[in-house]
Amino acid sequence: MHMLSIKNLRAGIADKEILKGFNLEVKPGEVHAIMGPNGSGKSTLANVLAGRSDYSVTDGEVKFNGKDLLELSPEDRAREGLFLAFQYPVEIPGVSNINFLKTALAEIRQYRGLAPMEAKDFLKLIKEKQALVELQGTLANRSVNEGFSGGEKKRNEIFQMAVLEPTLSILDETDSGLDIDALRIVANGVNKLRSKDRSFVVITHYQRLLDYIVPDFVHVMFDGKIVKSGTKELALELEEKGYDWIRKEQGEKIEA
Amino acid sequence: MSTIAEKINTGEKLLPSLEKEQDLLSGSEAIRVIRRKGVDSFSKQGLPARKSEEYKYSPVSLLFKPELALRAPIQSPVLKTRDIDSYRIPQLDAYQITLVNGFFSPELSALQLEDGMISVSSLSTIPAPLVPLFTKHFGNYASIHADPFTALNTAVFADVLFISIPEKKLLDKPIQILNIIHADSPVLISPRILIHVGKGASVQIIENYIYTGKSSQVVSNALTEIVVEEGSRALFYKIQDHCTDLNLISTTQVLQKTGSHFDTHTVTLSGKWIRNNLNIVPDGEHCETHLNGLFILNGAQHTDNHTLVDHRKPNCESNQLYRGILDDKSTGVFNGKIYVRPDAQKTNAYQSSKNMLLSDEASMNTKPQLEIYADDVKCSHGSSTGQIDEDALFYLRARGLSIDSARALLMLAFARDVVNTIRIDALRTEVERLIEKRLTK
Ligand SMILES: Nc1ncnc2c1ncn2[C@@H]1O[C@H](COP(=O)(O)OP(=O)(O)OP(=O)(O)O)[C@@H](O)[C@H]1O
Ligand SMILES: [Mg+2]
Repeated sequence: MHMLSIKNLRAGIADKEILKGFNLEVKPGEVHAIMGPNGSGKSTLANVLAGRSDYSVTDGEVKFNGKDLLELSPEDRAREGLFLAFQYPVEIPGVSNINFLKTALAEIRQYRGLAPMEAKDFLKLIKEKQALVELQGTLANRSVNEGFSGGEKKRNEIFQMAVLEPTLSILDETDSGLDIDALRIVANGVNKLRSKDRSFVVITHYQRLLDYIVPDFVHVMFDGKIVKSGTKELALELEEKGYDWIRKEQGEKIEA
Repeated sequence: MSTIAEKINTGEKLLPSLEKEQDLLSGSEAIRVIRRKGVDSFSKQGLPARKSEEYKYSPVSLLFKPELALRAPIQSPVLKTRDIDSYRIPQLDAYQITLVNGFFSPELSALQLEDGMISVSSLSTIPAPLVPLFTKHFGNYASIHADPFTALNTAVFADVLFISIPEKKLLDKPIQILNIIHADSPVLISPRILIHVGKGASVQIIENYIYTGKSSQVVSNALTEIVVEEGSRALFYKIQDHCTDLNLISTTQVLQKTGSHFDTHTVTLSGKWIRNNLNIVPDGEHCETHLNGLFILNGAQHTDNHTLVDHRKPNCESNQLYRGILDDKSTGVFNGKIYVRPDAQKTNAYQSSKNMLLSDEASMNTKPQLEIYADDVKCSHGSSTGQIDEDALFYLRARGLSIDSARALLMLAFARDVVNTIRIDALRTEVERLIEKRLTK
C-alpha cells in the first residue's frame, strides 16, 4: 500500500492556481526528492500537505495511510505521522522549544492512545536527539527559533523531527543555508531515522544533499506539477545541465 | 428641571444619601472635615459625564443607575478564615491582612507582628505615636479635585487601613492584603488604604481584589495612597482575580521621595467593569518607577488602565509596560500620561502598550499622552494592537498541538513580558497558573 498518494492535486491562493494537477505516490521506506526552479510550487505543495489554510484545494485527492489527508486539521495530520520541516521556520518569542515539544509529544501520544511519557524519559529523549543533530543545549532551551541563525533554524527543524519521529517527513530546502558540517549533520539525522516504515520527501535545489541522503526517486517540478521522474542520476544530470533541456522537452511536448 | 438621566450623570442622585451618611460615619473631627471636603468636591463635579475626556471610553452611568446603598453591613463575622483561605497564594509566606467591605478585620488577618516590625491599624486603632504621621499624609496626595471618584471615596469611606513600615525596616516577607467585597445587593463600597514606607525601608505588598457576592450591581470605589520615602523601596502588586461581576474603580496614588524605587503590577483576570487609575509622582531626584500591567479579558468585560507619571525632579526614570489580551466582546483602554515638568531634566521615561485581539468584536483604545516641558530628556512610547500570529499558530499546530493549546502557548508568551517582571516567585507561579487556567478554558 502507498503511504502517501496524491492524485491530480490542484490548489492555489486567491485566484492564482499554483498546483496544477500534481501526482505523487510514496511507499513506506522510500525517499523521494523533488527539484524544480524557484516558484514552481514546491513549498506550496508542502504547505498544502501540512494543512495551511491560506491555500485552497480546488481538485484532486490526497491519501495518507488510507485516510483523506485534506479532511484533517493540521494537528491531526501531525498526529497521524506527517512532519514538515519548513523552508522558513518562524521565530516564536516566549515559547520555549522544549516546552512546546513536550506538549506536542503529549498530545500526539494521547491521540494515538499511548500513555503519557514520564518526565525523565522525555528528558532522555531530548538529550539523545540533541546529540544526534549536535544541537547545543542552550538552543534547545531557548524560545522557538528566536535569534537563531539560518543554519540553526534548519537544524532545529531536524531536531524536532527526530523527537517526534514522524512516518512521513517533508523537508523543504532544509539544506539551504547550511555549512558543510551542518549539511552532514542534518543528513545524518535523516539517515538515522530512515527505516522500512518511514518515508521522506526531500525538496532541494542541490544535488549535493542527495549525495548524503540517497533518494529512491527524483522528480522535477515545473509550474505546479511533476514533469519528469527518474532515479538519483536525474539529479546529477540536472546539476550538470540545468533546467533548460527539460523546459525544451516540455515545449516540444506542448507543441506536439 | 433636570431629567432623571441627567441626575444619574451628574451624581445628584447620590448627594442626599452622602449628606445623610456624614452623621452616621465615625471618626475624629479631622476626619469629618476631610469627608466634608469630599462631599463638597463631589457635589461640584458629579459623576463623569458622557463627554468627559477622562472617562469617555469608560462611561459610568450604567454603574450608578441602580439605587446604590452607601454602606454594607460589616460582614466579617459571616466570613470565616476557611472561607478566605482559598484566596491566599499557595507557597507564599506572608503577613496576611483582610479587609471586608473596606473594614480592616483583625480576626481574618494573620500578622503575628513583633515589636518594631510594621504597624497595621484601622481608623479607630492607630497607635498614638503614629497619629501625627497618619494625619500628615492621609488624603494629602490623591486630589479630590482631580477625579470625582477620589472625591466620592473621600466623602464616604468608613474605615482606613493604615500600614506603616518603619524607617530602615527591610521586611522579611511580603504583605498580602485581601480586599474582599461581600455584598448581595446594589451597594457602593469605598475601601481606603494608606501605606507609609519609611526612609530606607523595603516592602513587598500584594493586594487581591475579591468579590464574594452575587449581585452584579455592586461598585467598589477603592482608593490607596502610598508614600515611598527617601531611599526606600516598594513593590506593589494588584491582582484582580476572583472578582467576576464586580464593578471596580481602583485608584492608587503614589508619592516617591528622593532615591526611592517603586515597582507596581496591575494584573486583571476577572471583573465585570474595571477602571484602574494609577498616578505616580516621583517628587525627588534619582527615583526609579516601574508600572507593569496585564489584562486578559473575555465575555463583555471592560478594563481601563489610566496611568500618570508626573516627573517633577531631575534624574528619574520611569518605565511602563502594559500587555492586554481581549476576546469575545471585551473592551480595553490604556491611557498613559507622562508629564515631564521644566525642572525634570535628564528624565528617562518609557512606555509600551501591546494588545492582542482574539475576536473581531473585541476592541482596544490606546492613548499615550506625553507632555514634556524639559529639553534634556529621553522619552519614548510605543503601542500596537494586533491579532495572534497566524504563522506561529500554524507552526505549532503542524507539530501536533491542538489549536487551543497553540493559542494558549502564544498568549502566554505574549503575557510573559509582564509576568517575568514579577519578583515574588510564589506570586509569579500563581499568576502563571491563573493565566494558564484562564487561557485554556
Ligand atoms: N501566500 C502566497 N501568496 C501569493 N503568492 C504565493 C503564495 N505562496 C506562493 N505563492 C506563489 O506561488 C508560486 C509558487 O511558490 P512556492 O513558494 O510554492 O515556490 P517554490 O517552488 O517553493 O519556490 P522556491 O524554490 O523559491 O522556494 C510563486 O509564484 C509564489 O509567488
Ligand atoms: Mg520553496
